[in-house]
Amino acid sequence: MAPQTYSICTRDLNLWYGDFQALKKISVDIRASCVTALIGPSGCGKTSLLRCFNRINERYGNVRTTGEISILGKNVYDEDVSLSELRKTVGMVFQRPNPLPISIYENVLFGLRVHTRHNAINKSQRDELVETALSDVFLWQDVKDKLQSKATLLTLEQQQKLCIARLLPLKPRVILMDEPCSALDAEGTQAIETLIDTLKERYTIVIVTHNMSQAARTSEECIYMLLGEVIEHGKTKTIFLKPQRKETEMYIEGRYG
Amino acid sequence: MATITGNLNERPTPARRGTSSLQRLGELAIESLIRLCGYSAILFVFGIFFFVFREGAPMLFGGLDLLKFFTSTDWNPVSKTPSYGILGLLAGTASVTVLSMALAVPLGLGAAVFVSEFCSPKIKEALKIAIEMLAAIPSIVWGFIAYMMLNPLIIWATGAPVGLNVLNASIILALMSVPVIVSVGEDALKAVPDSYREAALALGASRWEIVYRVLFPAAKNGLLAAVLLGIGRAIGETMAVLMATGNANQIPTSPLDRVQTLTATIAAELGEAVQGDDHYRVLFVIGILLFVIAFVVNLSADLIVRGIRGKQNA
Ligand SMILES: Nc1ncnc2c1ncn2[C@@H]1O[C@H](COP(=O)(O)OP(=O)(O)OP(=O)(O)O)[C@@H](O)[C@H]1O
Ligand SMILES: [Mg+2]
Repeated sequence: MAPQTYSICTRDLNLWYGDFQALKKISVDIRASCVTALIGPSGCGKTSLLRCFNRINERYGNVRTTGEISILGKNVYDEDVSLSELRKTVGMVFQRPNPLPISIYENVLFGLRVHTRHNAINKSQRDELVETALSDVFLWQDVKDKLQSKATLLTLEQQQKLCIARLLPLKPRVILMDEPCSALDAEGTQAIETLIDTLKERYTIVIVTHNMSQAARTSEECIYMLLGEVIEHGKTKTIFLKPQRKETEMYIEGRYG
Repeated sequence: MATITGNLNERPTPARRGTSSLQRLGELAIESLIRLCGYSAILFVFGIFFFVFREGAPMLFGGLDLLKFFTSTDWNPVSKTPSYGILGLLAGTASVTVLSMALAVPLGLGAAVFVSEFCSPKIKEALKIAIEMLAAIPSIVWGFIAYMMLNPLIIWATGAPVGLNVLNASIILALMSVPVIVSVGEDALKAVPDSYREAALALGASRWEIVYRVLFPAAKNGLLAAVLLGIGRAIGETMAVLMATGNANQIPTSPLDRVQTLTATIAAELGEAVQGDDHYRVLFVIGILLFVIAFVVNLSADLIVRGIRGKQNA
């Protein structure tokens, strides 16, 4: 396994919420600079797996994990890993858009303010970073005249774009998305999918989705999960056209039929 | 046709109508009783204000030199030529309130942040019970603590001849207003959606950075309301400050100076003032003043809290 080919590799990853085991012996290699979709029925552990990659599930007191996750070749459970640095490298987009209740401008810069010393970057550099990030998510034209207004007043689609934009100044390598379109209408969904398409060359993207056609449209690889286990992992085309396992076939057909 | 509508409407039989109208009467009685209780709160507030105002009004609108009232420190109500200057008392109240808030606001908000963001559920329960108990201590007991414990402690620590002064009263008032600051402040922090914390955490913020970069801006109105309610508590307190300030009518120049507050003056002098004379009425004018201050503080706290709710609904 060469580190350039794979961004995220897990080995025998188990996760418990209290006594309940939500992930069982997960070993997957997720390709770099490629969109991987996590699919599976409700409650199968997609969100749990995704939230392991930036270790954000540890904020709940009852979570216990064993096994190994290496991101860009480094085990995230090593003693010397800084959570803050990990989350800088591995950005996350949530199911419900959650911009912070501050200005659009400050939302984009939030990560940078956390990660750099005060005044390490000057005003014009900041302005430029904000413009670049917002342009990258096709939001600049909509908001360039109201950068100082509150981010929570934007439409849901714009909010979700902003939530992606605020990751970019940190130069992440991996972007995790947990059903990023489930709160959006058809138009918003399409806009985010287009956006994912333009981002996938620069970032490794893992996207959880309930929407089979979305998985088919956006992803190159697909991981099918069931009851906390990975059932099948392969090229999206293969999974959809010639699934190797009975369970996968039933799920995909069930969804189509 | 008639039978059909009759069936559809299903009128109650005479017997059932009897019980139901009795029931309805009972309900009506209870409802009006509850309504009365609700309205009586308004009635009491106005009643109290009216009473205080009636006693103070003759002096307020006739005889009292308002300019002198607010700008002179000469409070001498029982001499042959009485003078009513409350500047010293205002300074007493202000100094004690300001210093107590300087102590209580960091302590109270710090505790609110700790309780809502940092501590385990078990410690949280214990702390909340402790804070509630702190709120339940009667003010006369705080007075005793000021007199018997803080007084010698301050003498020992600072070398001041007496330990009853601005500092003593401020510490007591701070402890008395911390509970309200903590509980209202904690509510304000709890009302911040968890998705904000998660968003900031996922961007690499530490717990402390989340507090001051996300929670403080998001909850600032609720926290301000908490502080205002604490101020209201401190300004209105009487018994404890009466025992803690040392009661000397002067403008303090250091925390170790003795002072006298507006509330303590009323409590100490009302008993000896002759009902209906000028001294008596001036004390009621001070009452009106306190009423107005309390009203303004509480109203702004209320408006701020309402502002938050309105915004959250929008
Ligand atoms: N904080 C938690 N505490 C206890 N159990 C949890 C917690 N979070 C998730 N679970 C359980 O773990 C299992 C996997 O949940 P997870 O949210 O990862 O599923 P999912 O595949 O994302 O489902 P969905 O498609 O509905 O989002 C579920 O059975 C869920 O009930
Ligand atoms: Mg989920």
